[in-house]
Amino acid sequence: MHRGIDSLLPSEEPVQHLGADGRLTPLGESAKPDDEALLEGYAALVAARRLNDQAYALVRQGRLAVYPSSHGQEACQVAASLVLGRQDWLFPTYRDSAAVVARGVDPVEVLVLLKGDWHAGYDPREHQVAPQATPLATQLLHAVGVAHAATLRGEDTVVMALCGDGATSEGDFHEALNFAAVFKSPVVFFVQNNEYAISVPLARQSVAPSLAHKGIGYGIPGERVDGNDLAALLSVLGDAVTRARDGEGPQLVEAHTYRMQAHTNADDATRYRNDADVQAWVHRDPLTRVETYLRGRGLLDDAKAADLAEAAEVVAARVRDGLNTDVEPDHRKLFDHVYARRTPQLEEQAALVADELSRETATEDAR
Amino acid sequence: MTATIQAPAPTTTPARGVETLTMAQALNRALRDSMAQDESVLVFGEDVGPLGGVFRITDGLTAEFGDQRCFDTPLAEAGIMGFAVGLAMNGMRPVVEMQFDAFAYPAFEQVVSHVAKLRNRTRGALSAPIVIRIPYAGGIGGVEHHCDSSEAYYAHTPGLHVVSPSTPADAYALLRAAIASPDPVVFLEPKKLYWAKGQVELDAPAGEIGTARVVREGTDATLIAYGPSVPTALEAAEVAATEGRSLQVVDVRSIVPFDDETVCAAVRSTGRAVVIAEASGFTSVASEIAARVTERCFHHLAAPVRRVTGFDIPFPPPKLEHFQLPSVDRILDTVDELNWEDA
Ligand SMILES: Cc1ncc(C[n+]2csc(CCOP(=O)(O)OP(=O)(O)O)c2C)c(N)n1
Ligand SMILES: [Mg+2]
Repeated sequence: MHRGIDSLLPSEEPVQHLGADGRLTPLGESAKPDDEALLEGYAALVAARRLNDQAYALVRQGRLAVYPSSHGQEACQVAASLVLGRQDWLFPTYRDSAAVVARGVDPVEVLVLLKGDWHAGYDPREHQVAPQATPLATQLLHAVGVAHAATLRGEDTVVMALCGDGATSEGDFHEALNFAAVFKSPVVFFVQNNEYAISVPLARQSVAPSLAHKGIGYGIPGERVDGNDLAALLSVLGDAVTRARDGEGPQLVEAHTYRMQAHTNADDATRYRNDADVQAWVHRDPLTRVETYLRGRGLLDDAKAADLAEAAEVVAARVRDGLNTDVEPDHRKLFDHVYARRTPQLEEQAALVADELSRETATEDAR
Repeated sequence: MTATIQAPAPTTTPARGVETLTMAQALNRALRDSMAQDESVLVFGEDVGPLGGVFRITDGLTAEFGDQRCFDTPLAEAGIMGFAVGLAMNGMRPVVEMQFDAFAYPAFEQVVSHVAKLRNRTRGALSAPIVIRIPYAGGIGGVEHHCDSSEAYYAHTPGLHVVSPSTPADAYALLRAAIASPDPVVFLEPKKLYWAKGQVELDAPAGEIGTARVVREGTDATLIAYGPSVPTALEAAEVAATEGRSLQVVDVRSIVPFDDETVCAAVRSTGRAVVIAEASGFTSVASEIAARVTERCFHHLAAPVRRVTGFDIPFPPPKLEHFQLPSVDRILDTVDELNWEDA
């Protein structure tokens, strides 16, 4: 059975429940955001912002090799994880460390990759979070595979697959949407459109009316949402997850947000965009509007806000401690996990390194 | 715009002499000079426009030549490569940038099935004079997918030239030659050498692809290296000299075509050889070089040809990468094992 074309098209404007001023929009009025969920979400936003700031500081101190910050995109980060259940999977990118942490993964483990100790620091099975993917859009197909396996195994699993606006130009993005549609897989494709792929603006990626419109060509419903509005994100992503769980197949959600900082610390954003463009997004900050709303409803006061800040500070301190401790990575691990069992050649190579090191130690001892 | 597919005529601009440049600057100059000389040269890829590339190799090109000549594409490597094939079929000379070694993999099918084969399958009617620039290899503390040495994949594919410079001078000359080449060239830029300085002769006759060079004379053994491993080989030779051993160093420069003549003449002159490369050793370019040298120089060899290469593991994380990179010590240890007792 084919769905009507209209049901596949996104709304005219990005869905918004909370305006930048912290007031409910007419749509928000009728949607009636869940106070509990918003309060929980706000706590996660505060923690996510603190994590971004802390990681940024650690890069400057040379404790992290690199950090792609999600500053300004925290509402997307938090919502992507909060709408999932324990049985679901999250497929994040390099930019989604805050989403991974919001899912419950230890931030010190998350930052192992960017610290340079190992390629991944957390066990993906523990919280059902795939390793953060760097090769763009490749993870989206893995997400569909996980979802399809869940279908075959009769598991009640939904997969949240994240990518950026730039990544929607990669072939793998399109193949993933099509596979998910054909196999009716329980996947939510969540694109954080932060308007840039390093230096390249969205206009160079696509002239489609929106990225959410890319769903219709594959028979997938697309929706667009204000990416700095936690209330709208929880609602739109939550609905998409529910539909996927109910067997209605995949959905594409595009969040309109903005990358407030450079691509990473290694990037110089002044070469391709004006500070004024960035400033225009400051008043749309995802934290401020929820805070204003919650305070207006009497759900948040100074004491409660101080509690949240303090909780975030405790985590930041743990991150600092974790990253300031130098554990010399074990060279013997170099040869582990390349295969289930080391090949004879790898045994030989491991022995060579061991020999080099023992001779080095012997020379040092002799001195 | 009229497009020409001929190799550029000898340059007529007044002598500009010799300048001290980093490898990054030398590459930038080569692009600029080739674009100025031949308007069919187009530079495109990810972030190569206003940003000037993440390593700034294309810095200023959009400003100077306009965004029809140097431009950003949608973010899709297979797209970039396939688009380049079509442009080349219709008279253009595309110079594409793959942002990092591992991010060239989505383009692999286009490279292997089309870029490499276009001339052969059309019996010479069509060709793909495309330059594929790839910042490659490690040594800069990059995280996963940013440090691969992928030369073997390309070198194993008939139809592709594969080159890798180790000095700013060669970077300039080889890139000019690559752009002028009638065949596709995979141009591997050792990213750890981008900021190394050297003298560059800007008016030198366009370099030639396919020649190796003896970069240090020596009599006891020959170190054969390319790209990022050349400075390491030179350093090893320097240390060996203080220990009374004279090591010759050959910079391969062009992996395909391979300069058997220069390399083998060098090895015959010393009778001993060590091949050095950062890529994993198993079925690698270093293996091919060792095999060729052994076949051609067997009767001149006093010891088996040895290889010092990366281990057969995925490129390690930043804190462990020094184990993977051929080091001076590892090279000298290997040299020590070249049957000196029989000498
Ligand atoms: C296949 C591939 N090509 C190129 C890159 C290099 N690269 C890393 S991030 C990036 C931009 C991605 O932009 P977008 O998808 O919008 O995500 P954002 O970084 O804005 O979150 C590029 C080009 C890569 N990681 N993988
Ligand atoms: Mg983006």
